[in-house]
Amino acid sequence: MLKLENIHAGYGPTTILQNVSLEVKEGEIVTIVGANGAGKTTTLRTIAGLIKPKQGSISFCGEDITRLRGDQVVDRGITLIPEGRQLFGDMTVRENLLIGAFRAAARANHERRLDEVLSIFPRVRERLDQAAASLSGGEQQMVAIARGMMAQPKILMFDEPSLGLAPIVVSQVFDIVRQIAGTGTTVLIVEQNVYTTLKVADRGYVLENGQIVLEGQSEALLNDDHIRQAYLGI
Amino acid sequence: MTTFLQILVNGLMLGGLFAIVSIGLTLIFGIVKVVNFAHGEFLMAGMFITWLITTRLGLHPYAAVIIVVPALFVMGALTQRLLIQPLMSARDDHVQIFATVGLSTALINLALLIFGADIANTPAHGLRAPISLGPVRVLTGQLYIFGAAIALVVALHLMMKHSQIGRAIRAVAQNRSAAELMGINVNRIYILSFGIGAACVGLAAVLIAPLYPTSSNIGTYFVLTAFVVVVLGGLGSIPGAFFGALLIGMLDALSGFYIGSDLREAVVFGVFLVILILKPSGLFGNRRALSHLS
Ligand SMILES: Nc1ncnc2c1ncn2[C@@H]1O[C@H](COP(=O)(O)OP(=O)(O)OP(=O)(O)O)[C@@H](O)[C@H]1O
Ligand SMILES: [Mg+2]
Repeated sequence: MLKLENIHAGYGPTTILQNVSLEVKEGEIVTIVGANGAGKTTTLRTIAGLIKPKQGSISFCGEDITRLRGDQVVDRGITLIPEGRQLFGDMTVRENLLIGAFRAAARANHERRLDEVLSIFPRVRERLDQAAASLSGGEQQMVAIARGMMAQPKILMFDEPSLGLAPIVVSQVFDIVRQIAGTGTTVLIVEQNVYTTLKVADRGYVLENGQIVLEGQSEALLNDDHIRQAYLGI
Repeated sequence: MTTFLQILVNGLMLGGLFAIVSIGLTLIFGIVKVVNFAHGEFLMAGMFITWLITTRLGLHPYAAVIIVVPALFVMGALTQRLLIQPLMSARDDHVQIFATVGLSTALINLALLIFGADIANTPAHGLRAPISLGPVRVLTGQLYIFGAAIALVVALHLMMKHSQIGRAIRAVAQNRSAAELMGINVNRIYILSFGIGAACVGLAAVLIAPLYPTSSNIGTYFVLTAFVVVVLGGLGSIPGAFFGALLIGMLDALSGFYIGSDLREAVVFGVFLVILILKPSGLFGNRRALSHLS
């Protein structure tokens, strides 16, 4: 469904990603794990069209999307829930969610979608008319996820959704990821929370210094010596 | 007492005039984050077109609105698309400032070339006739300007708050890369917003033309006050610009009468400076003043 081939990308003259190739198949939950600064966010932003690759190609459902703008990528059905949530803080929660449905394919039935999404996030429903900035961190993360779902994407990408959240909220977030995948949405998730993520994901890629050093089924990665030492501290 | 009332009303009317000139400027700044130094020349262009339509076709000046507002929209949209957008990747705001200053100079010279240095008087069609409101009198045209300024603020507010395109505009103003992640074509929103801002000053031009003589330097005359109003109200805030304009209009009228017309500007700028020292983000500005739109 989504395929990156030999991607080189970075910021200005610096190249961060080197020769990154990865694939996400329809209906899968795939994760990219790696330490701080490994290039996980850069990878997702490149897929999302916010960073143009210097080399390599990205295709989605058979279409070459390497050179598309961010909004065009969203139109194709790829939505990124960015690191740090990036809510529109001065706008209400409801407005944030409605903006999430900006993509043409999502606009028509956004009312029904709003109801569906809110049934997954009862806390968000109670906060609909509050300014997004006034919510707690956990609530804001829920709004960010709900906003991403409003686009009704074919593939939803999460960039560290558990960052800075209390353990109980973290497990809620992963429950929701599972639930979203259960409805048929393909998921690509980036996390530092390696153990939990691999428990949820079907397959994983390990990114170190901008390169994929390891890939495989989640169980295999969980039993891999390198992973156990470097990421699981076992 | 009547004199005082009359002066207050004069100030209010002047404020309405300043407001309608300033709204487009603050809107463009709030969304595109570009100070349009050619704003006054957009006004001038609109006034000349109004004059042409009124004199050549013998129409009521307000009829020009159906041409001038769309024409200014296109002018603003093209300015963004052809001048500002290519410079946006320059990452250096100074380049954009020079670009709009350059555009301003170019438009003034173009006006001199086409219309010469003469003054163009748009026929007033009764708009300069005074009407009585109880004990005070105002010019008919001034009253319409005041009403139009209020209507414009309300219309923009409704658009920004209750339409999907308005929400998209606010989203872009607040966080452009997050807006792009929502599937919003950011450049198109900038073009649209610049167009709307210019269309607002087009409306102002139609309303002002019958009351003020049009000349190539008319923009310079109005735009300095517009900048004061926009900064005072809080950059990017539309209600801020409106109330800032009323305040400046009142100050202008009151000080002109009680202190002396030659000291008017000193008073206006003095109060302006004091307010900025007390509240640097302006009356309606907040921490994120630049994105505060509604
Ligand atoms: N806007 C930027 N300009 C220049 N360099 C950047 C920029 N953003 C990130 N980098 C650099 O790119 C490298 C990879 O960053 P990236 O954000 O992709 O890492 P990450 O794997 O997401 O890390 P984290 O887990 O901390 O979020 C880092 O060395 C970082 O310093
Ligand atoms: Mg990151």
